[in-house]
Amino acid sequence: MAQATAAETHAHQHHGPQGILKYVWSTDHKIIAMQYLFTGMFMGAVGGLMAYVFRMQLAFPGISVPGYGVVSPGEYNSLVTSHGSIMIFWVAMPVLIAAFGNYLIPLMIGADDMVFPRVNRLSYQVFLVSAILILASQFVGGGAFGGAWTSYPPLSANAEYNLTPAGATLWLLAVALEFVAFLLGGINFIVTLMNSRAPGMKAYDIPLVAWMIVIASILFMLSVGPLIAGAVMLLFDQTLGTGFYDPARGGDPILWQHLFWFFGHPEVYVVLLPAIGIVIEIVATFARKKLFGYKIMLYTAVATGVLSFFVWAHHQFIAGIDPRMANVFTVTTLLISVPIAELLFVIIATLYGGSITFTTPMLWALAFIAEFLIGGVTGIFLGASGSDIYLHDTYFVLAHFHYTFFPIAIIGAFAALTYWFPKMFGRMMSERLGKIHFWGTVIPFNFIFIPLFVLGLAGHHRRIYNFNNFPELVPYRYLDVMATAALIVMLLFQIPFFWNLLHSIRKGPAAGRNPWRSNTLEWTTDSPPPHGNWPVDELPKVYRGPYEYAHPDRAEDYWPQNLPS
Amino acid sequence: MQKPIATTRSATGIPTGRLAIWWVLASEVVIFGGLLASYLMFRLGHPEWANAAAVTNTWIGAFNTFVLLSSSFTAVLAHQAAENGDGKLAAKYLMMTIAGAVTFLGVKSFEWYSEISHGYTITTNGFWSFYYTAAGLHAAHVLAGAVIMLFIAADAAKGKELQRVEYIGIYWHFVDVVWIFLFPLLYIAK
Repeated sequence: MAQATAAETHAHQHHGPQGILKYVWSTDHKIIAMQYLFTGMFMGAVGGLMAYVFRMQLAFPGISVPGYGVVSPGEYNSLVTSHGSIMIFWVAMPVLIAAFGNYLIPLMIGADDMVFPRVNRLSYQVFLVSAILILASQFVGGGAFGGAWTSYPPLSANAEYNLTPAGATLWLLAVALEFVAFLLGGINFIVTLMNSRAPGMKAYDIPLVAWMIVIASILFMLSVGPLIAGAVMLLFDQTLGTGFYDPARGGDPILWQHLFWFFGHPEVYVVLLPAIGIVIEIVATFARKKLFGYKIMLYTAVATGVLSFFVWAHHQFIAGIDPRMANVFTVTTLLISVPIAELLFVIIATLYGGSITFTTPMLWALAFIAEFLIGGVTGIFLGASGSDIYLHDTYFVLAHFHYTFFPIAIIGAFAALTYWFPKMFGRMMSERLGKIHFWGTVIPFNFIFIPLFVLGLAGHHRRIYNFNNFPELVPYRYLDVMATAALIVMLLFQIPFFWNLLHSIRKGPAAGRNPWRSNTLEWTTDSPPPHGNWPVDELPKVYRGPYEYAHPDRAEDYWPQNLPS
Repeated sequence: MQKPIATTRSATGIPTGRLAIWWVLASEVVIFGGLLASYLMFRLGHPEWANAAAVTNTWIGAFNTFVLLSSSFTAVLAHQAAENGDGKLAAKYLMMTIAGAVTFLGVKSFEWYSEISHGYTITTNGFWSFYYTAAGLHAAHVLAGAVIMLFIAADAAKGKELQRVEYIGIYWHFVDVVWIFLFPLLYIAK
């Protein structure tokens, strides 16, 4: 971090705290982005190692897992629950929305910071407390909460069922605090994008990744409210003994499912849209071609967001909802695949006829399209209530959402990190190690989850601790072993990544301002950008849209947004 | 801390703080919306909750409604004073609004105390669970608003950050509106 440190020291000489505190108390959007990024990365490592432990238990039931020990049934439930919660709330959201949103939005719109820097810092601090809470809940008496990341009552509400009185409440508090952090951050993102754009930057000149992060923040804000209310009710059920979700006392456990999935399904698009935005930036840059259909992309993203509020009950087809309601939600669910397909088609159409370079970020972006497509197509089977009744709660569902979330949270994050790394740290990453890491991650990923599709069709239920108790499933055990082996290979291939990251931060070749010859504003300042991003009198003005590559009237094949014509 | 240039820009023509407070309200609307929608669904499915609702004291609720609406009126007067650049007067009206908030919370405490001492607690049945949860969440908003108003009034008295008088006023009207929904749903509908 030599260069980053040098630049920051310089920037903070005149204002702000000194020493290590400047990383803890800084209000600079770039430092806060780094805080989110590295916290998210750490939590990703924790979540990945949890997956290793329970996958070992699934492949070889009862063995002493190297580095962990024997996994008890209760621990198994806790590990699965914590893995899911951590990967969604403490990896996908902080990295894709908070880290890249914080880093990119002010730079891309030509501003010197977020509109509310101190609210921004508070957002990270609340997030950090929530991360510490979820980690601490692993060590309390009774263990961490084991009732799945969906936390359905009565299992989550009654300590005599879940056997984790402290873990369940800590889980709920941690998730609630995480919501607070993202509401604070989200309002900042939205207002910054609306109000603080550089002179000349009109709505259709904003790079789409900034739009996508803001649309995602709005979706999050509008969907999470009912769940916050629901979480308060669940908290009272757990701690005060109310009966909001207890049918014996006039409550209804299905209410939680409605409140949870009214948030839970838009949440998929909350993380998907930023990932799509990242892929758009990378594809346009490395195809050297104007994005096919800026407005189509933007309107489609908005349409996806609107539709996402009307699909939630497809998670509840077997919860006893009215079959007529199931029909309605089947239709809306299948409808939402139309805008999603359109987003992917626009990206593919941008590739068509482009002059493509296969850099590491471009490989990640292309892998996103290929892998997410599998996730999207398998979703059709689950959105149709007829087939869902068979597939519900099997490994098919599990494989489906990993084929959506892995491309979003892992592939999307690696795409963004490898693409913006030169800007963040002023140095280039190693392409060779980057490609080793890429193939070593994407190939094993398919070997983990394609077997799980097969297992799901064979009838593997999601939440079983030891499949040897099901004689009819024993012939399929080799698929479980294959998935676990592939997971271990994938985790080992993260070592070259971390080495590449740490080595390149200190010793990579200098990147210069614009190594990818890209158009957007963040590439017009130093790498890494100083405090305030640009000298005060040199804040950029904008003259054109962000994707003017290979313009016929111009000798160079790119046309930065800030150049007067 | 010096404000960044970003904070002073206004591409929409709306001041940054006012824009932000409206988004805060948007996020609040869905929180109370989710809670009240859940309550309504339950209430429609449980006609017997009317017996519990009959116990609530409509007159106390009406008095609190009057107090809260009056405090919104002084919040408007504070805004007007701030617009005219009179920070001292704005601070005075904000203090009157805070007095309204304190009265509201005091009456609420008395009301809850007497209900709890008669055995109607949050665990008594579904109606009382919603009664305490919804009104409690609202009271937390009243309390938070009053505390923030104290800081804004202190600044306004020195003539600083006068635009914030308007923003806290917008929030205060929202807290009022939530009560306008809660009052009939929890008190009037017997």
